[in-house]
Amino acid sequence: MDSNSYRTPLGRARGLGSAHTGVGRFIGERATSVALVPLSLWAIYAGLKIAPLGYDGAVAFLQSPLNAVLAVLLIAVSVSHMDMGMRVIIEDYIHKPLTKVSLMLLSTGVSWTFGALGIVSVLKVALMSAGTH
Amino acid sequence: MAASIATRASGVALYVGVLIVAGLATALAAGPEAYGVYTGLLGSPLGLIVLFGLTVSIFYHLAAGLRHLVFDSGKGFLPATANATAWAAFAFAVVASLLVWAGYFLLSGH
Repeated sequence: MDSNSYRTPLGRARGLGSAHTGVGRFIGERATSVALVPLSLWAIYAGLKIAPLGYDGAVAFLQSPLNAVLAVLLIAVSVSHMDMGMRVIIEDYIHKPLTKVSLMLLSTGVSWTFGALGIVSVLKVALMSAGTH
Repeated sequence: MAASIATRASGVALYVGVLIVAGLATALAAGPEAYGVYTGLLGSPLGLIVLFGLTVSIFYHLAAGLRHLVFDSGKGFLPATANATAWAAFAFAVVASLLVWAGYFLLSGH
């Protein structure tokens, strides 16, 4: 390799992989994991915070816009990350095509259905007016 | 090897953990009764064991994830270094989980 080349290693490698795709997935896995460092620490804080409070305290917690936004981001980024992670595990261990594809679709369906349910629920609580609970 | 499989295992545990959190939000949105039933389950002995396991999983997966981000940069592959950081990740997960739970029970007076 010419060490004096002005082309970056990435520039030289781009498009030469056998599959020609996958960079986006690689970056997505890393980007969500970086985002989840603060979000997962916040999740522990939030869990400890609402554990002793009961219903009214948990509602009040989520009615803070910052907490509601962090809860939505936690669920959305987690679902994206766990969908990609479970997919890698299925690809590594399940080799029968029909079983593999079925499990990947099931995992994606379960994670996004629960994620959407969680996000809509957080928003409902966050936007609930004070008199309705 | 063990560190790698533990990263996957904790990831699968956290997959279930996110479903539990989504369920908690759904119960909260459903109202006080549903929230009471759901938090009652989480506060049962089995529920607390699950929650403690999820705490260990979060801290382990966090440390292992940071370790893998360093691997992605091409560093940390010397066997001695990789072994040391693997043990550090296990130790961090156990110590941090015990501290968080002990702190919670001491401060809340339960």
